[in-house]
Amino acid sequence: MTDLLTLQGLTKAYPGVVANDDVSFSIGRGEVHALLGENGAGKSTLVKMIYGLVKPDTGTMILNGTPYTPAEPRAARAAGVAMVFQHFSLFEALTVAENVGLGMENPPKPTQLSREIREVSHAYGLPLDPRRMVGDLSAGERQRVEIVRCLLQDPKLLIMDEPTSVLTPQEVEILFATLNKLKAEGTSILYISHKLEEIRALCDGATILRRGKVVGSCNPRERSASELAELMVGQALHRPERSRSAPGKVVLQVAGLTSEHVEEFGTRLQNVGFEVRAGEILGIGGVAGNGQDELLSALSGETLGSSETVRFQGNAVGHLGPNARRALGMLSAPEERLGHAAAPDMTLVENAVLSGWHRRKLAEGGFVRWGKAKDFAEEIIADFDVRTPGPFVAARALSGGNLQKFVIGREVLQDPSVLVVNQPTWGVDAAAAASIRQALLDLAAQGAAVIVISQDLDEILEVSDRFAALNAGKLSAPRSTEGLTMEQIGLMLGGAHDMDVADTDEAEDIRETYEEGRL
Amino acid sequence: MDLSSINWLLLLASLMVAATPILLAGIGELVTERAGVLNLGVEGMMITGAICGFAVATQTGSATLGYLAAALGGAAMSMLFGFLTQFLLSNQVATGLALTLFGLGFSALIGQSFVGVQGIRVEDLNLGPLADIPVLGPVLFQHDAMVYISLLLVAGVWLFLTRTRGGLILRAVGENHDAAHALGYKVVRIRLMAIAFGGACAGLGGAYLSLVRVPQWTQGMTAGAGWIALALVVFASWRPWRVLIGAYLFGGLTVLQLNLQAAGLKVPVEYLAMSPYLITIFVLVIISGRSRASIGAPATLGQSFHATT
Amino acid sequence: MIRLEKRPTPSQAWTWATPVLAVLLTMLAGGLMFALLGKDPVAAIKIIFYDPLFNPQFAAYSRPQLLVKAGPLILIAVGLAMGFRAGIWNIGAEGQYIMGAIFGAAVGLAMYPSDSWMIFPAMVIAGAFGGFLWAMIPAVLKVVFGTNEILVSLLLVYVAEKLMAAMALGPLRNPEGGGFPGSRNFQGYPAASNPELFPNSGMHWGVVAAIIAVIFGYILLSRHLMGYHIRLAGQSPRAARFGGVSPARLVIFCLGFGGALAGLAGIFEVTGPAGQITTSFNTGYGFTAIIVAFLGRLNPIGILLAGLLMALTYIGGELASFMLGLPSAAIQAFQGMLLFFLLGVDVLSNFRIKIGREGHA
Repeated sequence: MTDLLTLQGLTKAYPGVVANDDVSFSIGRGEVHALLGENGAGKSTLVKMIYGLVKPDTGTMILNGTPYTPAEPRAARAAGVAMVFQHFSLFEALTVAENVGLGMENPPKPTQLSREIREVSHAYGLPLDPRRMVGDLSAGERQRVEIVRCLLQDPKLLIMDEPTSVLTPQEVEILFATLNKLKAEGTSILYISHKLEEIRALCDGATILRRGKVVGSCNPRERSASELAELMVGQALHRPERSRSAPGKVVLQVAGLTSEHVEEFGTRLQNVGFEVRAGEILGIGGVAGNGQDELLSALSGETLGSSETVRFQGNAVGHLGPNARRALGMLSAPEERLGHAAAPDMTLVENAVLSGWHRRKLAEGGFVRWGKAKDFAEEIIADFDVRTPGPFVAARALSGGNLQKFVIGREVLQDPSVLVVNQPTWGVDAAAAASIRQALLDLAAQGAAVIVISQDLDEILEVSDRFAALNAGKLSAPRSTEGLTMEQIGLMLGGAHDMDVADTDEAEDIRETYEEGRL
Repeated sequence: MDLSSINWLLLLASLMVAATPILLAGIGELVTERAGVLNLGVEGMMITGAICGFAVATQTGSATLGYLAAALGGAAMSMLFGFLTQFLLSNQVATGLALTLFGLGFSALIGQSFVGVQGIRVEDLNLGPLADIPVLGPVLFQHDAMVYISLLLVAGVWLFLTRTRGGLILRAVGENHDAAHALGYKVVRIRLMAIAFGGACAGLGGAYLSLVRVPQWTQGMTAGAGWIALALVVFASWRPWRVLIGAYLFGGLTVLQLNLQAAGLKVPVEYLAMSPYLITIFVLVIISGRSRASIGAPATLGQSFHATT
Repeated sequence: MIRLEKRPTPSQAWTWATPVLAVLLTMLAGGLMFALLGKDPVAAIKIIFYDPLFNPQFAAYSRPQLLVKAGPLILIAVGLAMGFRAGIWNIGAEGQYIMGAIFGAAVGLAMYPSDSWMIFPAMVIAGAFGGFLWAMIPAVLKVVFGTNEILVSLLLVYVAEKLMAAMALGPLRNPEGGGFPGSRNFQGYPAASNPELFPNSGMHWGVVAAIIAVIFGYILLSRHLMGYHIRLAGQSPRAARFGGVSPARLVIFCLGFGGALAGLAGIFEVTGPAGQITTSFNTGYGFTAIIVAFLGRLNPIGILLAGLLMALTYIGGELASFMLGLPSAAIQAFQGMLLFFLLGVDVLSNFRIKIGREGHA
């Protein structure tokens, strides 16, 4: 049997970087093929070429034995290529049915479409209500919308870009069941991920990309996770070192924290409470959109509450704004690097002033002392190995990993008593991620209380002493991470968010009816 | 003041005429904004439409040709805005202001030879027996064609936005341009079409002022109508039928204010003349203070789109 | 195929080159416009940009006018630039300018015919207060109700114009004016007038205030934490909140500062070059100042230069209308065109233009 899709010598260069360099591999029919690589390895560019969003500079693609040159996503869809995006391509203010319709070439009439969505989503164990507003759905349900949108077009090749990063372990299982079912029906899947265990569990073949080049291909079931990791990163990874020590006094107490105002499609925090001690790292896990941003702003002082909800060293600080909390020693680093933790068009020096002017005394009598600000920026750059041409470079010119090191460094170097970080290594390359985690461990070792909010459960288990799960704005009671299993964590995270797999037999029936109905 | 001297029937009859300019401009801007583009140049496009319409209508004697020229003129102005904001990614607020400033100057320039020229007479549409119904006839059925065209336009926009795929795509572009782009929709092209539609409607609204409502050409004759149309879209929570309600409410208040002036209310004319602007501000205050979702503003309103790969 | 590629860091060179390029392009396009109007484009451009300064026949009259026109433009533009930098769009400076003139003039006229030295300073303070107060309407509405400040500040311009007409016809009308609309002329009331400080210089207190505003604005933006927060909030509102900037405080400050400066421009104008409150006292400085602010790249030093240039187009425009019969509206269109070109070429400072084969991307 011939392969479904063959890529030959695909090359795509952007100014200053070759995103894909002579990439060749092929995907068989009914194969789940993994595309493995670090952030910035060129996975996204490659996928965009297959989906018609980007044109390759050179190289050819062959789909079903005929040359394949999609000029736009529409052409790709017509040829049977469908894609589920990493950052969802959904419209929050539109309904599920409207969202699905927008992704189809010739959608049926609205009533017919709604019926099909119901049927297909049930058939594949991903139940969806077509009338609901997408903005009100959980991350897992949103992904279902994308998948159903693809399935309604009977794709030959389904591209999935980091699909599990927004799912609980239980939801991952549901997804894998769906993908295996699709595979059994003959659909090929290109599965992009940097999570090695998943790939070993799901995929038949793997192509590994590093800096835009294919550095290996293998059957992932025959390789160990660490072998794959070395192929992907190109070096043995440094595991952060930690030494568990007896935690000190309680530094931060949060009790009865409930959001008063919630932004559109945001999550309301409900009676959140926990304590953190000096020298301890508390990991807060949860799937995106369960209140992480709201929790960070409540702790950073961007949203104010009643004074008693947050206590720092025994003093009520819930009513204090960000700068007043900084003055006391409560620091934070938000998830969004560009536009929240740092201003994209401002230089690193200016961004150093953003949160550091008070504790580092970068302003005197209201006047900014730019000389001292530059020294501070240079200190961060040197101590945290930030790769930049200099301190007077706009923040957006830095790579994700380097900017994140700068942001974390800016807070760590202010000698905080409490540091709250949200998604500290999201979209950061492995080496930078390791050094950021090490910095957080070192900070705790020096006696600071650290809170790590993250969706990456491996990360949380790696650095934190205790773990709590954030689910729909509610925080579970923290538990020690020693001996905690993935399954227990998954249940703490809300299991499958009440999204059950439809009974398989029943699903078959529905699917059969559906297919007959269409004939 | 003698309130009985106000002819209430005539007042109601002139309400629709008073509302039509801002209704036209408002419904056009609504479509532009639903596509995610904030064009603050409505005033500039209206005044351009006013002079283009007046010039062509008085030269040819045809109101239809005048309206056509006005729509083209407004659309051409809007394309200046479209080129700058969609291709050169300029700030939409600043560019809209530039459009207004330029439009006011440009219209004054081409309009100087039309100052004092007698406008043409636009006939009322003959609706036969409907026009003879007592009370309702003069109020609803004795107007020129553009009054009814503007109503059809509102209905058409509503149908388009809620019932067609094109409308769905337009709303999708306004909600999330990155997602629309990822699905393969041509964000810039769709937005340009929406901008052009908004410009053409604003042009028609301006021409209605210079051809029917006034009917004359004077420099700066729109006198803030474009800004009121912008406020109208906010008032309407970006929904077509509410633009209609808002425009007619506003038209009614304007006409009432003029009638009070005529009836000799013991307040200086200048203070009465402030009322449309003050009422608009008042309405804006009432409407604001609600979240974006509940008022229905498109999520990417005013943001530039640059496709990155 | 031409496409844009975002620069990693905004180009400093282009940031300053774009205004010059925009002026050159406007000269070209304006020349074309003048040619279409049947005027000699080269002569028109020369009359607008060269003759007011260097033609021996006109320069003696025109040169002082440069400062007279530039003063209010710069004063208003410096205030507006603060708001524009912070993403707060006060486009109703024209109204604040009018209210400054009305408030200040009312104080002066109430004192007539006293000749205390305190009258003029009191008028200046009242003028700044009037503009401030008028700007506080959109500011407070925005802070309390979240009302759009663009529409409110603009609509208030029309309200201010009507109010000014009511004043010129009513309370502030010159009792000795024989029933004509308009207030007393301050040039005939020395204690309340703002005369030329040096003969034939065009220099009056408003120009002095403009220079002080430029220096103040420059220091505020580049050295002070408040200026840093203004820039931060404009570029990245969320980062500003993370940095502890209060959006409400910023709205009040930027609108209030802009309003007060516009009010100052109004009172200096009514007591100086204009002389009195009339039904047509305002001439659009508040709107032209928006162009000046952008042309000066929202930087006070740039605004100083841009204000002088824009003043030149006013004077040159008058001269061209006198010499060539160029319609006065042409210069208004010319100024609007300048803002268009400026916004258009601005793309060069943030993007590289690439010409070459590339699909849609």
